[in-house]
Amino acid sequence: MSLETVVFYIFGGLMVVSSVAIILSRTIIRSAVWLLFNLMAAGALYFLLSANFLGAIQWIVYAGGILILIVFGVMLTAKSPYVRFNARPREIAITALVGVILFAGLSGLMLATDWSAIPDAAPAREVQPVADIGRSLLTQYLIPFELVSVLLLAVMIGAAYLASPEKK
Amino acid sequence: MLEIGLSHYLIVSAFVFCAGIAVMTLKRNAVGILIGAELVLNAANLNFIACGRYRVGGLDGQIAAAFVIVLAAAEAAIALAIFLSFYNSHATIDVDHGDALKG
Repeated sequence: MSLETVVFYIFGGLMVVSSVAIILSRTIIRSAVWLLFNLMAAGALYFLLSANFLGAIQWIVYAGGILILIVFGVMLTAKSPYVRFNARPREIAITALVGVILFAGLSGLMLATDWSAIPDAAPAREVQPVADIGRSLLTQYLIPFELVSVLLLAVMIGAAYLASPEKK
Repeated sequence: MLEIGLSHYLIVSAFVFCAGIAVMTLKRNAVGILIGAELVLNAANLNFIACGRYRVGGLDGQIAAAFVIVLAAAEAAIALAIFLSFYNSHATIDVDHGDALKG
């Protein structure tokens, strides 16, 4: 059993377990903590997929930034961090049914697809230097890159406007 | 089973996607719905990077995943601003109370 197999099963298993735990958590703050484990495991899988830059970004932006934002949202919108809303049994039944059907359909489709029709990407198995990512962002992907910077500006203004207490 | 290939990652990502959908439908707390959306985006990202490494090649998958991360951060910021505004006007974060467009 190679090291890659062991590491994949550890972190893939952690992703599966933590996403189930997010569903089962009764309080929202516990869901947020399990989301942290899920995002960290996803970052580890990115490293395993030799996407080092994306793994670092995942840990910094997702686990470091978005999760803090979510925890702030929990604290600002609840009198107690342990506030709970219980789902009705009928909702749980419908959700379980939809989830199982969706997972069976998706995984069946993915296993049935003949992926070997697309040529194997042997060169991509080596780690691409970060400089290559930066170069392609500023050449091939220049227009999406600039659009994203405009979007971030709009998000900054919009979030400040929406969250401001006095609007009238 | 022991040799890790593309389909292993696709199965994990499909599971996380379905879990995200379940979280979005089950949680009544608006922040919980945001957590479900993050799970779904994360599953999509894993697909992008896994396909980019095993099949397509080059940096395309990684660049797409980077843009998804940026959009997820933007979406989280806007969603939390909306939740704060909602909480200020309704004094609760239960999405069942948000059934009016104005006020």
